Amino acid sequence: MSEILEKPEVQKIYIDARGPRFSASITAIVLATALVTHNVWVLVAQGLIFLVGATAGPQFTPYGLLFKNLIKPRLKKEAPTEDVRPPKFAQSVGLIFALVGIFGAVVDRGLIFTVATAFALAAAFLNAAFNYCLGCEMYLLLVRFRSK
Amino acid sequence: MKTYLPLLIVLALASAYGFWWKRKQGAIRSNKAIPGHRLDAGVLGEALGSRATMVQFSSAFCTPCRATHSLLSQMVISMADVKHIHIDAESHLELVRELDIRSTPTTLFINKDGVEVGRAAGTPKREQVLVALAAIS
Repeated sequence: MSEILEKPEVQKIYIDARGPRFSASITAIVLATALVTHNVWVLVAQGLIFLVGATAGPQFTPYGLLFKNLIKPRLKKEAPTEDVRPPKFAQSVGLIFALVGIFGAVVDRGLIFTVATAFALAAAFLNAAFNYCLGCEMYLLLVRFRSK
Repeated sequence: MKTYLPLLIVLALASAYGFWWKRKQGAIRSNKAIPGHRLDAGVLGEALGSRATMVQFSSAFCTPCRATHSLLSQMVISMADVKHIHIDAESHLELVRELDIRSTPTTLFINKDGVEVGRAAGTPKREQVLVALAAIS
C-alpha cells in the first residue's frame, strides 16, 4: 500500500530528525553573515557544506557531526527519526542557491549574490524556525514542471 | 561594506510566509475541489470506502508524509466504512495535475461517489479528520 515510503530498491536511512533543524539554524546564521558582510568566501564555505550534505548526506556535514557529538548526547528525550532524503533534498536546493550566488559575485556587482544568498537564507530560516519542509513544497512542483 | 537591510527584509518576509504556511498546514479546506471531478477504483487502484475515503498523496522528499500515513491508516482501523488510500504522487503525475496537487502530503476527503468534499495539505490533526469525516454522509 505505501510503496512510496517502502520502495525496496531504495536503501532506507533514518536519522535523528532534530539534527537537520539544528544544522539549519547554524546555516541561517552563516548565510546571514554572508549577506550582511557581502563576503563571497562565507558563501563558498557554506556551499562546500551544502555539497557534503547533498552528496554524502546531512548527517556528515560539520554541523551534523557537531549535533551528533556535542548536542545529541545532552538531549534526554527519545530521538524522533526521519528519512534522510527530505533534508538531503533541501541541501541540494541550498547548494544550487550557493552556486548561483558565487557565480553572481564573480560576474556582477552583487545583485545576484544578494538575491541568491537571500533565498538560501530564507529556506534555512524557515526550516529552523517553522520546521518548514522544502521537499514537500517544492519537489512535486519541480517534477510537474519538468515533465510538462 | 556592511548592510543590514537585505537581512531585515529576508527575515521579515520569511517570517510572514512562515506564519501563513504554519497556519494552513493540516487545515481541511473545501474550496479546492476540481468541479465535476470524480475519483474511482479504476484510477486509484483500490475500491473506495462505503461512506468515505481519504486519498493521501505522498512523495519521497517529504518528512510529514510518514506521520500523516501512520495517523490516517491507524484511524481507519476502527472505521468500517472509511478507507485510506496512499498514492505516490510522482508516479501518478497525470492525476496530480488533474486534481491540481502542489505539495505533499495532500489528503483528499472523498465521499462514496468519489467526489472531493475537502482536502488538507500537510498533516491534519486527528480532531480535524474526525470532523471532516463526520460531515460526509
